[in-house]
Order: sequence, then structure tokens, then C-alpha cells
Amino acid sequence: MKNNRSIVDIVSAVKSGKESATSITETCIERIEIEDKEINSFNTIAKDQAMKAAAVVDQKIAKGEPVGPLAGVPVGVKDVLCTKGIETTCSSKILEGWVPPYDATVVEHLKAADAVIVGKTNCDEFAMGSSNENSAFGPVKNPLDTTRVPGGSSGGSAAAVAAGFVPVSLGTDTGGSVRQPASLCGVVGMKPTYGGISRYGLIAYASSFDTVGVFGNSVSETALMYDVISGSDPRDATSLPGEREQILPTLDSENVEGLRVGVIKELNGSGLEGFESEVIQQLNGSIKALTKAGAKVEEVSIPVIEACLSAYYMLVPAEASSNLARFDGVRFGLREPGGNTAEMMRASRTAGFGDEVKRRIMLGTYALSAGYYDAYYAKAQKLRALLIQELNKIYETFDVLISPTSPCVAFPFGAKSDPLSMFLVDIATIPANLAGHPGISVPFGTGANDMPVGIQILGGKFGEKKIFQAAKALEVAANE
Amino acid sequence: MSEKSNSQNAGLTREDVAKVADLAMLNVSEEELDIYTPQLGSILKLAEQMESFDLDGLEPTAHPHGLVNIYRKDEIEQVDVLKEILSSAPQVEDDQFKVPPALGEEL
Repeated sequence: MKNNRSIVDIVSAVKSGKESATSITETCIERIEIEDKEINSFNTIAKDQAMKAAAVVDQKIAKGEPVGPLAGVPVGVKDVLCTKGIETTCSSKILEGWVPPYDATVVEHLKAADAVIVGKTNCDEFAMGSSNENSAFGPVKNPLDTTRVPGGSSGGSAAAVAAGFVPVSLGTDTGGSVRQPASLCGVVGMKPTYGGISRYGLIAYASSFDTVGVFGNSVSETALMYDVISGSDPRDATSLPGEREQILPTLDSENVEGLRVGVIKELNGSGLEGFESEVIQQLNGSIKALTKAGAKVEEVSIPVIEACLSAYYMLVPAEASSNLARFDGVRFGLREPGGNTAEMMRASRTAGFGDEVKRRIMLGTYALSAGYYDAYYAKAQKLRALLIQELNKIYETFDVLISPTSPCVAFPFGAKSDPLSMFLVDIATIPANLAGHPGISVPFGTGANDMPVGIQILGGKFGEKKIFQAAKALEVAANE
Repeated sequence: MSEKSNSQNAGLTREDVAKVADLAMLNVSEEELDIYTPQLGSILKLAEQMESFDLDGLEPTAHPHGLVNIYRKDEIEQVDVLKEILSSAPQVEDDQFKVPPALGEEL
């Protein structure tokens, strides 16, 4: 049963001394220990560390010291982000048992805001997947219907929020891995501009696509999380310089009057195939809602979107094949016996990686190999350039673009056993990762089998404020 | 490797897959080759979607914002994480990672 407490509720209870952070943490963890047996959204529950962190918050309050904006708030962190002293596995056998000696920058930010990290959330192995069925520690179930997937790859982070275990969580989005599970679980999920949130301590999958993103039960809670973890980071060489605009302080007072909204033709049911009719109905409902709220909504065609999936699946596996070369049984993780170093490495990688990871490593190795580089990798890099060029032009005329987040609602386990059919689920989310642009998925009604539908709002580089504003307007309309 | 063609597998053969598995340091069985070859081939076939776009004159991009390297000052930062790092290693000797024999063997 959903029992969601908002951040505002928790923080005010903790600050006023009405409830201690310790008791909130204890209740939260007890609930996860019982109810998550079925959902499987957590790989690790960090009870000792969480209770210690909560006690520190309580001490600060007892002494009358100031506390951060997330004081005593339980947070789940995707198991691809490094947490000092807490096992970090990437949901892979190859990293099982590995305990990072440092915190990811985003985890440092959470701690500085007095959040309490209650555990590491399950995901597709190395964030490769769209259903969470690729985890070495078992799939996550969708809390709204446990016969269905929660989406992926950040399925655990989305499910933990949807189940009400935590009000907010961290995920990562390389091709839709925050927005798509948010859509399938009926919560809000946001990815930032590439370089807007530090990747330091995020175990790399595809470095030029990876972003850390946030989940929440509401747009304002998601915005607060973004405000807490965004910022430039000297430890991340791809971090963009400059101050980040704080979103939450202006979110409620802003409206969408005059906001120029483009509906992506290729993704509105009249272009690419595969969109469920109920999903398109909700898209049309969201268009009406935005229009009613004063936005100027128009259709816009972006033909290059049709080829984004192919470019993505050439570039991302190529980067993955290079990034995952470091898992060789030498310095960390699984080691299988071998007569010499090379045999040991082969045996360790073969035993440690799951099928999807192996497929992407092999695909990437092939795309980068002599004789095929130009046909696959270089061509995809050019297509990426074309998309960025086209989108930059479009964002001169439009403030935000909208589409369904996913062509379908949450599907039953095993429904997409062919890798290619699984890839198609990402068709609407991938363009933002190729372009490095921000995006948010906000729940808007339900589709087939009463499962939630998510509407995706995309913006140009550092268009965070506008996408949050539009998301807020849709949230208000969806609750009316 | 075989020539690229327009077949269902984008011309990808079992031998190609065996070769890339070897390059990627993965052991793949005969049965797995039967499964992986058509799967990988069907994904490579997706690349044909790019054919209908004019990509001439475009610079290949490896970064969404065209960011160039950002340098920081080369300042020494004292960190003491040796024990923590080694504690996660599969095998350690004299504060060093230990591996099976490497020299004299072909990688």
C-alpha cells in the first residue's frame, strides 16, 4: 500500500523536533525489509550507515545547529553510484562485494544536505536495459502491478519511490534510464543537461551519454533534488562551468503562459510506429492541458529522430566496450582462476558479465574494429552532429518539446525477450541523450491495464527551468 | 571479417562474432555463437536507418556540447586509501595486486 510522505512533511517534522530522523529512518528501513522482499528494489540496505547519519541530524537539531534542505529524508541511490563504505555492484556479479573507498560527488551533495541514504537500488546490469530484467540480483517488480516490469535501467530507484519506501531517489540516464522507469512506475523522473550534474563516482557505461538523474513523487520534490545535486565539479572533466539556476524557489510562482511547446510529430503516433493508442490519447490530453494553461502548442517535425536509435546503438556500445575493459579481475571484483593472467581475465569477464552486457561489449568492439569504423561508428557520430544541429535550430523557435516518454505502458516480464524489441522502448528518450539535453517525465493519466502513462518534456541546453515549469503545469492538470 | 551485405544479419558471421569476443576477452561457446550472431546482426542492421540522411560535410561529434578539455591546477592532494583499495582486490601481496603469471604468455 502506498504510504508516501513528502519531503516537506519529513523535514518539518524533523526540524520541529516532532519526530527524530532516527525514528523516521528506522520506520523506513523496517518497511523496506518487509515489503521489498517482493518488489526487490534494493540490492543493499545500508542500515548501520543510515542510522548513524540520522543520529548526526538529530544531534544537530538538539544542539540548535542549522540543518540541510533534506534533513532526515530517506533516499535510495542507484547501485552504479559510488558510496563510501557501502557495497556498490552495478547489479553485476563482476563487482559483487566491492566497497568503494570514496563517495560520488552527488552522494556528497546528498550528505551535505543532511539526507539519509538508506540503501542502493537495483538496476539493469551496468545500466544496460529498459526493464530491469538484466540485473544479476533478480528483476525489480513494478509496485503498481507485480506481474509487470518497472522499466529500466533505474527500475529499483523508480519502484522504491512508487512503492513509497523513499520520497526521492537517484538514478542515471544514458538513453532514458530515469525517464522511462519513471513513466512506467507513475512517478516523476528527470535527467539534466549533460555536464550539469557531476559524473564523478558514477561507474561509467557510455561516458558521453551518462547523466545522473532524480526521481520523486512530485515535480517540486524532484526539483529540490536537482537543486541539491547539480553544479560544476572540478573532479569531472566533462562538467560544465558556471553556476546552476536553482529551480524550486521559482517553480510555484511561474506559469506556462506563452510558453512555446513543440509536439514532436515523429513521436505523436503519426510518425514512428509502435505507440499504444492509449498513450497517444494521454499525449493529446496533455497538449490540451498545456494549451488551456496558456502555452502555445504546435506540431514540429524532426525527421532525424527516426535514425537516432541506430546511431545510439552504434555509439553507446562502442563507449561501453572501452569503459568495461577495466573489469578484468585484477584490482576489484570477481576473479576466476586461470593458468595465466590472460586466461584469468577471460574467465573472470565471462563468468562476471551477463548476456546483455556481453552483447553490448561485442557490438561496440565490432563497431570500432578496423574496416567497420566508418560504416558504423563515424557515421553515427555524424548523425549525432546532425541531430544536435537540427535541435538547436528548433529550440530557437520552441522553449520545450513534448512526446510520450515511452511508446508503451509497463509490460509483463519476458514480453520483450528479443534485444531489438527492447531497444525500441527507448525511441522517445534517446534523442535527448545524443544531444546532451535535459528531459523530464511526468505522470499523466493511465493507459492499457490502468498502468500509468508518462509525458516527456525536453528542453535545450540548460533548459531545466522551462521543462520543470511545463512539468509542473502538467502535474497540476493531471491532478485536477 | 566478411563483407558487409544487406542480409538480415548485416553480413555478420559466426566467425566475426568469435573474433570480436576474442578481442573483448570473452569466452563464447558454439551454442552462444548461434544465439549472439543473429542478435548482433539484427542490431547492426539498424545502421541502415542512417542511410537516408545526408551526413556529408558534418563533423563527427564525440561530445554533445563540443566541450574541450578542462584543466585544473596540478596540485597534489594527499589521500590515504591504499588499505581500502587493496581490501577490495581479489589477491594482494606486499601492498600490490597479485595476478597469475603474465610474462612469457601471449595475451
